[in-house]
Amino acid sequence: MAEYALRINNISKSFPGVKALDDVSFDIKKGELHGLVGENGAGKSTLIKILSGVYSTDLGSFELNGVPVTVDTPLEAQQLGISVVHQELKLVESLTVKENIFLGRPFKGKMGIDWQKLRDEAVNLINRLNISLDPDELVSNLSVAQKQIVEICKALSYNADIIIMDEPSATLTEKELETLFSILHELKAQNITIIYISHRLEEIFKLADTVTILRDGKHIDTLPVNQVDREKLISLMVGRTLGMEYPKRKVEIGEPVLEVKNLNRKGVLHDVSFTLHRGEILGFAGLVGAGRTEVARAIFGADRGVTGEILLNGKTYSPKNVSFAVSNGIGLIPEDRKEQGLVLDMMVKENISMANFKSIMSSVFLMPKKEESIAHKFIDALHIATPDAERQVKYLSGGNQQKVVIGKWLNAESDILIIDEPTRGIDVGAKAEIYSLMCDLAEEGKAIIMISSDMPELLGVCDRIMVMHDGRITGELMAEEATQEKILEYAIM
Amino acid sequence: MATSRTAGKTRGSAQGAGALRRIKRFFDDYSIIYAVLILIVILSIASPDFLSLKNFTNVFRQISMIAILTIGMFFVMVGGGIDISCGATVGLTGVLFAMFMVNYGMHPVPAFILTVLAGVLIGTINGTLVTRFGIPAMIATLGTQSISRGFTYVITGAYPISGIPESVSFLGRGYVLGLEWLPWPVFIVAILAIIAHYMAQRTRFGRSVYAVGGNPEAAYLSGIKDKRIQIISYIALGALSAISGMILTSRLASGQPNGGLTWEFEAVTAAVIGGVSITGGRGRVFGALLGAILIGLLTNGMTLIGMESYPQQMVKGIVLVLAIGFDIYSINKKSKN
Ligand SMILES: Nc1ncnc2c1ncn2[C@@H]1O[C@H](COP(=O)(O)OP(=O)(O)OP(=O)(O)O)[C@@H](O)[C@H]1O
Ligand SMILES: [Mg+2]
Repeated sequence: MAEYALRINNISKSFPGVKALDDVSFDIKKGELHGLVGENGAGKSTLIKILSGVYSTDLGSFELNGVPVTVDTPLEAQQLGISVVHQELKLVESLTVKENIFLGRPFKGKMGIDWQKLRDEAVNLINRLNISLDPDELVSNLSVAQKQIVEICKALSYNADIIIMDEPSATLTEKELETLFSILHELKAQNITIIYISHRLEEIFKLADTVTILRDGKHIDTLPVNQVDREKLISLMVGRTLGMEYPKRKVEIGEPVLEVKNLNRKGVLHDVSFTLHRGEILGFAGLVGAGRTEVARAIFGADRGVTGEILLNGKTYSPKNVSFAVSNGIGLIPEDRKEQGLVLDMMVKENISMANFKSIMSSVFLMPKKEESIAHKFIDALHIATPDAERQVKYLSGGNQQKVVIGKWLNAESDILIIDEPTRGIDVGAKAEIYSLMCDLAEEGKAIIMISSDMPELLGVCDRIMVMHDGRITGELMAEEATQEKILEYAIM
Repeated sequence: MATSRTAGKTRGSAQGAGALRRIKRFFDDYSIIYAVLILIVILSIASPDFLSLKNFTNVFRQISMIAILTIGMFFVMVGGGIDISCGATVGLTGVLFAMFMVNYGMHPVPAFILTVLAGVLIGTINGTLVTRFGIPAMIATLGTQSISRGFTYVITGAYPISGIPESVSFLGRGYVLGLEWLPWPVFIVAILAIIAHYMAQRTRFGRSVYAVGGNPEAAYLSGIKDKRIQIISYIALGALSAISGMILTSRLASGQPNGGLTWEFEAVTAAVIGGVSITGGRGRVFGALLGAILIGLLTNGMTLIGMESYPQQMVKGIVLVLAIGFDIYSINKKSKN
């Protein structure tokens, strides 16, 4: 038996204008949980896609259990025992959970598909994850987190020797994370090799045996996790020492700008009331499905059937649609960048200017020069890794796409900015920059609502935290008194 | 402090190749140019009559009315819709234009205005059915197609309306400043295409159309009034169909109830072979226009080499299927890289 499950030898891969991987070599031991970290655009997903037959390599090869192999299609990868949970979910929205899990592998019965068996197997997998998920539900009705779980079920269903997970935790909340971790432990106990990509470094330390760092497409190091600390790991990732992770500044909290009173939406929101002040960063904590996104969408005029009163700068405000909200100075960075945040076929610069055409217009015409310079302003400020502003956003790495959405709404210069999971999939360095930008906005007298499932982030950045559960606000904590335990207590009550 | 990051570095190296990239992008956007050039070469070998100014002027005039539809279809399709009623709108508006003048003795100018308004009305109905009532564009416009064509037969009894005043004949048959190479319809197409190009590339409306076609939800959540944008594009096509219909009436010196029959098919084909994606969000005005020219050249070439009109129709069908197949293929290829 070979010691290594997978040996990666001198892999290189270029895209037009980008060297995504540059002579990368490292080994993955059998049965270990191998963490893979690096900044946005470092090449992590590209490497995974090469391993799983989505992309071909330009140069290099790899060995599976000591045997050189080539993987040309995802199907071949699965047959070789490599299963992947990709960063970008690839589910068929119009099919049910159980059909998605076993997509392409219908259980044949006497009369066509054996639906009972299919359902039973799906229930088995879901039970293994110890999570409540209806196997008959349509995927289009699921939240991002639930879709993620379906993807994990799907990967598990192949009984693979190697399971690769590209940022599986990015969309999950605490409780779901616990579930994921226990699944990972179980898989490890079964001697399954796991490659685990995450920007949440605490997970790497909690779960991984070994960690590999990529930077700018190059392999920087592979080391046992117990030989590095957080600071060292970050400096290996970004190639410099990072300052404060949470650069929180004290800002004078001003008068109320947004007063929400008894917001209701049938079955979704129940008597939600709160006040947001100038210069404040107000956090919204809670489990997935607690109604935080729905509060945001209600204020943003994106949903019908909302009742209640909202005062904007003391005046009645009833957002009848999104463009009304935008023209009243409210912005929303949505949680799902691909579905809601970006037009993937459009260029980086076109996406950035989309929520504020005025910023690039002179009288009636859009000005290409202005658009270009605004795009570069945000590419620089947010360190968006892209060869140029004309690149279509679909070619950017996940984290860089997220930065484009953030740039779009920074450019909209909203007075009130609602951010739904702002740093999902964003690397540590960029996170710190985004927090710092949020503090800048607060200092300018803007107000920010930050919905997040990342507790350290909420605690590190917010002045005040509202906790939601089941469409209700169940608690309110000032920054000084807030702790993870207290938030969790309110979140599950 | 962060100068060593990827963003700065990769961008720097790419900047030198800026001009080259622009040229490459031009050919990416207008890859149909190759097809047009190849077709011209083949046809000039196949038929000695093909390569002459007179023949080209002729081809351009023939395709001008469909080209006008194609320009409108461009906005509808880039915005993620489709309108197969526009051929019937050509028929109806062409007849209305004739009736306003012949039956009601109207001066051409108010007749012109009323006819455009009729086109606007049909476009509004299409846009409303699709966006407000959520009827799939194909089905909604199939309905209005049947209604318009039926209405045209009802009001004319399926007979042509003749006796068009001589004063409007220039529209279909005249030459700008008497220039033999510049028929009025061709001139109108050129003007409309330039306006449409600037609308698409340089105005808020045009940009919004691309955004709505590319991802309606993201566009809506950016504050773009997606439904209004789509309705406007249907209205633009309605109005352009009316202009096309009036040129037709002027050209034939009569309002023909069968006018514009199957032109929606030609307009969609022209747009798709010109690079407008059937899934929305992508395409260029001049690409679509070149698509119309390609169809015109193809038809002309087939006629010159003596092909009957029925097999011609089959060839056009094959071209449409190939073009759509290529579109889907390149979407799939791109998403897989
Ligand atoms: N299909 C593609 N076409 C062109 N460039 C690409 C393509 N896929 C990836 N890239 C580029 O390759 C580089 C590496 O991307 P990759 O997705 O591997 O990054 P990543 O490490 O997974 O980042 P993230 O943490 O943001 O997910 C990026 O600069 C990206 O823009
Ligand atoms: Mg990635």
